Amino acid sequence: MSGTMAYSIVTAGDSRSFPAGDAFLSGAAAGADVVVCLGAFHAPGSHRIDDAKTAILLELDTECLGVHTGESAGEEGSNVVGFARYRNGDDAPSGLIELVRQPSTHSSSVEAARVVFEAAGFTVVVCSDQAGRIIDRLVRPKYNAALRFLDEGLASARDMDLTCRLGLGYADGPIERVERGGLARHHEITQALFETYGTPGFAPARRAVVAHRRDQRQTGDKKEK
Amino acid sequence: MSGIIRKVGVCGAGGTMGAGIAIVTARAGFETVCYDLAQPALDAAAKQTAGFFGKSVDRGKMSAGERDAVLARMRATTSLDDLADCDLVIEAVFEDLKTKQQLFAALDPLCAKHTIFASNTSTLSITEIASQCGRQDRVVGMHFCLPAQLMKLIEMSPGMNTSRETFDTAWSFAEAAGQTPVRTQDKPGFILNALLVPFNNDVIRAVEAGVATPADIDAAIKTGLGYRMGPCELLDLIGLDTQLRLCEAFYPVTLDVRSSAPPLLRRMVAAGHLGRKTGRGFYTYDGNAMFGG
Repeated sequence: MSGTMAYSIVTAGDSRSFPAGDAFLSGAAAGADVVVCLGAFHAPGSHRIDDAKTAILLELDTECLGVHTGESAGEEGSNVVGFARYRNGDDAPSGLIELVRQPSTHSSSVEAARVVFEAAGFTVVVCSDQAGRIIDRLVRPKYNAALRFLDEGLASARDMDLTCRLGLGYADGPIERVERGGLARHHEITQALFETYGTPGFAPARRAVVAHRRDQRQTGDKKEK
Repeated sequence: MSGIIRKVGVCGAGGTMGAGIAIVTARAGFETVCYDLAQPALDAAAKQTAGFFGKSVDRGKMSAGERDAVLARMRATTSLDDLADCDLVIEAVFEDLKTKQQLFAALDPLCAKHTIFASNTSTLSITEIASQCGRQDRVVGMHFCLPAQLMKLIEMSPGMNTSRETFDTAWSFAEAAGQTPVRTQDKPGFILNALLVPFNNDVIRAVEAGVATPADIDAAIKTGLGYRMGPCELLDLIGLDTQLRLCEAFYPVTLDVRSSAPPLLRRMVAAGHLGRKTGRGFYTYDGNAMFGG
């Protein structure tokens, strides 16, 4: 399968992948055989799965696709493909789409998803339905480590970031990146990862816990007013 | 040139890292003594160095006269005695604690009292390396990045007994050599490897867990994070055996499970899938076929 494929869009609130005004939104066509579900489809049953469609592309946040589709002893899968456009907190969304498939997700649905997103100019990768997909699973423990090193005095934030930029060729260092993306958002992601995997590397770093609690307190203050 | 340091010795100058460090020091105007145990290694390094500066002339980065002057500042030797009048000796020998300790202990009676010993270790403790040499206050960590002649970064680490004066002098030297020093504590892996080694292990574990293929992991990291090279590509470049050695250096010290060698890494090393050097790692290099996905 190659070329282009028509898609329609169903929205349920704001989308992290495609904020208002994103070019992808204007490419949709009503009644298409591929349906892109954007926004807060985060509660089981909050969307309708239409078996007749080639693919239902469901935007994910920190949750697994199985939360929406259910799971069945490793044989789960349907025409529903999860996806997220990688985004570091409130930074502009990147050009990467992570597709999420279950063991028995239809290959034709995955391929349709790939065609839709590649035609829109995105780099598409496919991963299994595991928490954090590819990027958050890999970089969040590194951000945790960098935040811990900062607390322990290994080096200054400037020197850690400079080391990663000069020594590893990164576009930005771990501290500047995680702070720019938001430590409270880092907490949200790592909390979900830690809840799933239970290993210490995913546990939210102290600075992320502090940011989260400050957010909670500010939210509480607003409610009291 | 820094005030105190005029002449620099580089131990292990027949190796890739040592030869690169010697280029850095000579290029910056320091008299440079290139020491190694084996003359053939020094000869090979000298040939590579001449080739490097030859390209610099071809590309207009330096004149032929400047090249000749730089090469004239470099002298090769297999005798430690020739390091006696160096103000700074940088070791880039085999990454083994006893080897480095023995080298510094042998240099201590030969060198002047003011001579600073610097270690290019990427994994070992500066304090431990310094502990046997009789001048713990004049030993400092200076971890250059490969290829040293191109990379500006130096991780600078004081040991527990390193004097302030020694650290400041070494720092000034690094700046005078045109490098960018960063300060880090004397902890396993300093900054760079403390972040990179566990991250690479996480990548290997993700491949083993079937999260995604190496190609998709690399594409995700490059596109999403803007890294120049994907982690599987990088692992193939540095060598899976090197990654295993790093794990075995770090994990017993840190007991951080992310630093422990993933089972897939051990199997790949046992199978000879070491990366580019054997033509097969996460990728194969006689084509684009994938392995391990």
